[in-house]
Amino acid sequence: MRALFSLLHVLGGVVFMFGLTLIVPMLVAWAGNETTLHLFVKDMVLTCGAGLLLWGGFRPFRRELRIKDGFLLVTLVWAGLPVFAMLPLMSHLDISATDAYFEAVSGLTATGATVLTGLDTLPASINIWRGELQWFGGMGVIVLAVAILPMLGIGGRQLYKAETPGPMKDSKLTPRIAQTAKGLWLIYAVLTLACFAAYWVAGMSWQDALMHAFTTMGLAGFSSHDASFGYFNSPLLEFIAVMFMLVAGINFATHFRFVRERTFGIYNHDGEAKAFVFTVLFSGVLIGLYLWALDHYPDVLTSLRYAVFNTVSVATTTGYASTDFGLWPFFAGFWMLLLGTFSTSSGSTGGGIKMIRARLLTLQLYRELKRLLHPSAQIPVRYAGASVPNQVIFAVLAFFFVFVMTAIVMTLAMMATGLEPVTALTAVIATLSNIGPGLGAVGPSTTFAVLNDFQTSLCTLAMILGRLEMFTFLVVLTPAFWRS
Amino acid sequence: MKIIILGAGQVGGTLAASLVAENNDLTIVDMDRQRLAELQDRFDLRTVQGHAAHPTVLQKAGAADADMVVAVTQSDETNLVACKLCASEFNVPTRVARVRSQDYLAQDEEDGETLARKHFAVDHTISPEQEITHYLRRLVEYPEALQVLDFAEGRVRLVAVRAYHGGPLVGHELQVIRKHMPDLDCRVAAIFRKNRGIVPEGHTVIEPGDEVFFLAKKEDIPNVMRELRRLDRPVKRIMIAGGGNIGKRLAMTLEKNYEVKLIDHNKQRCAQLGAELNRTLVLMGEVTDEELLDQESVQDMDVFCALTNDDEDNIMAALLAKRMGAHRVMALINRSSYVDLVQGGEIDIAISPAQATLGPLLSKIRRGDMAVVHSLRRGAAEALEVVVHGDAKNSKVAGHRIEEINLPEGATIGAIIRGEEVIIAHHDTLIQSEDHVILFVLNKRIIPKVEKLFQAGLSFF
Repeated sequence: MRALFSLLHVLGGVVFMFGLTLIVPMLVAWAGNETTLHLFVKDMVLTCGAGLLLWGGFRPFRRELRIKDGFLLVTLVWAGLPVFAMLPLMSHLDISATDAYFEAVSGLTATGATVLTGLDTLPASINIWRGELQWFGGMGVIVLAVAILPMLGIGGRQLYKAETPGPMKDSKLTPRIAQTAKGLWLIYAVLTLACFAAYWVAGMSWQDALMHAFTTMGLAGFSSHDASFGYFNSPLLEFIAVMFMLVAGINFATHFRFVRERTFGIYNHDGEAKAFVFTVLFSGVLIGLYLWALDHYPDVLTSLRYAVFNTVSVATTTGYASTDFGLWPFFAGFWMLLLGTFSTSSGSTGGGIKMIRARLLTLQLYRELKRLLHPSAQIPVRYAGASVPNQVIFAVLAFFFVFVMTAIVMTLAMMATGLEPVTALTAVIATLSNIGPGLGAVGPSTTFAVLNDFQTSLCTLAMILGRLEMFTFLVVLTPAFWRS
Repeated sequence: MKIIILGAGQVGGTLAASLVAENNDLTIVDMDRQRLAELQDRFDLRTVQGHAAHPTVLQKAGAADADMVVAVTQSDETNLVACKLCASEFNVPTRVARVRSQDYLAQDEEDGETLARKHFAVDHTISPEQEITHYLRRLVEYPEALQVLDFAEGRVRLVAVRAYHGGPLVGHELQVIRKHMPDLDCRVAAIFRKNRGIVPEGHTVIEPGDEVFFLAKKEDIPNVMRELRRLDRPVKRIMIAGGGNIGKRLAMTLEKNYEVKLIDHNKQRCAQLGAELNRTLVLMGEVTDEELLDQESVQDMDVFCALTNDDEDNIMAALLAKRMGAHRVMALINRSSYVDLVQGGEIDIAISPAQATLGPLLSKIRRGDMAVVHSLRRGAAEALEVVVHGDAKNSKVAGHRIEEINLPEGATIGAIIRGEEVIIAHHDTLIQSEDHVILFVLNKRIIPKVEKLFQAGLSFF
């Protein structure tokens, strides 16, 4: 019980910090003289108040966080913060709590699936708030908390591990975890600023530029227009977006090393980043040629422009659309979605199982095949010049199993409640990998509003599971976790 | 401070625990991946796996911008090479190495420098075995004490002693001491009652069972102790169980003045010990062998020291010796959780080697000019000898009377050493520049404040 109380004390700190982020939409609403101002003020008072209450109320119980506490805290943060985040959306848009929670979770997990239509007519503050949620969720709320809340200094490592994606997280960049977290956030913020400036200069309004910079760097995909990037219809903007999506899909630890050592060799040494960029761009070009061969677009350049942008967008789990790729042959759209399940790097802001796991699985497959030929051979799985401990391989296998099983079970549940197979499967893939739009009834030109409450809730769960890479959430559900 | 620790053994691990708690940026290097993973899970530090004396490993550990490197691996040679590399290749300002072999510590005849310093660029050497031997020796000198710590090359000592019924001062207020012993200058620095520290004041009453820390000149110590408890008969006979490095060194320093018996189970080692030790009686056998202990009349021993490599053996041997009638038993215990478990029960004194070594290391790491640091009570408290610099204008300490100094709660000034003179602190004592001030700090958390207090202002330079 004491453990729970001390955890609530920390949770209070995180909630309070989260409440302060409402200052951004508040300022936007105030600058634009919007009617939503009072909603944000109310929400901020509520969030910060709740945070302070928890923080102060459980202060006497504070003590060092244990490994166990870390998982529960991270799960509570990711399930709890959307409750505070959804309130302005709910009261302004007059949508059900289920839908509002879905929208907020889709925001915070940097997914980008939406239940809203008529985005163009929404106040800028609401759209900025949606974008900001994605930005904070992209790099991770807990990582931010570790960076700026001194009270997380000791247990911070456990929390960091529970939130950051990737199978191997033991190489710390700096001696202290708080410095690592600070460094990562600083790089993230600077890149976002660059992205904002580029969008603005290339022709977006400052509100659009800010919102899209947020959702690009978070590999998230909310847009302030129903037509997403199709609204701008600008090859230059699409090019900028592609560049920044690729940058955000690379491990931020690699960016960190680059900033510290200032040689491009760092990227050359990151095999995962190279595989990611190559896979995504190569697939984009192939899809472009495929569409051109089918005469879907009149000339090859147009075909490549649309194919590369949308492929990069979906494969990096962003989920912008510059055209309705739901109208493309099913093969192209489905390939893009599959890329989204594994392309991005560990330690990036993207979702899915991550490129490194895909590579380790392939290497493990080679190992098994080789072992059939040479039964007594000792074959290590070698990655980046070092052998990977079997423990990691087992964890990756288990993770892959859970990922696939979750996708199958959820798809079945979606079909059982009345969805046709394409919509059911792609909705699950799109939310579990934090991509955003799927195909069929949840394609880029439509929204998740067509789902019923049960299906929406299931997708909400999928997004949280996907963002926390299954284990952090699942371990809290095991009976062993609650046994003392 | 950015510190690299080479070697994640007992000493490295304890040092890391202590330094992380003081907000240093730590990187720890070791070959053992498993051990590193354990440390990483427990503390907020970075680990690098590899050989501590390899340049690539040092570079990975961030030697290029480290402020200090502490080489405490098992091997002297690794430590020395690492220090040399850190000095010439990476320009690390401060280098500390653990050196066991006396050969490297031998002083050059011309300039009086040790070989380690001269040829391997080691600023400070520490030798855990030597520290522990020293520590044990002082305990043998004062058999009633729980702990004896040196300041100012041993001219002033901090002694921990348990107060017993029958001591003339027990049950009285501290201010009685002065009336009782007008010609005796001593100062009670702290009292621990049921593991809680009390800052002593004039009206504090000493209760039986209290652990009293007092500071006094070397020659006054027996007299002060007599006030707190009945004195034991002087030590004559000593039995040492375990003839490893520490056992051997201790036997060497004690054999001139005491009757020493030493037990070891290894025949070859016994032969070697027999050749190297002059007057010590070397016995071969298990340290927990009741019959052997009985034959060698353990019941007549004034002190029994269990110093093998094995914690459990030491505890068992000490318990057995105590049961069989040894007067005072001590056990060397590596695992810190055992130390608390055992001390104060049947076993009179439990010695934690890592704790004994920590002090000398900390004195090199602290800000401000610290001559001596002793870590007490598993690192919770500390006794410091700080050199005061500056004058009344730029220092908060120099040129002030003790009562004017704004000491943080939980810190007390015990004594001042001015050149050859030892002054036991009173509220009106004036502190001068270059004085060595001996401080007792009850809680480690206030150490940064103490450090700040004693650092001279910028105008000093």
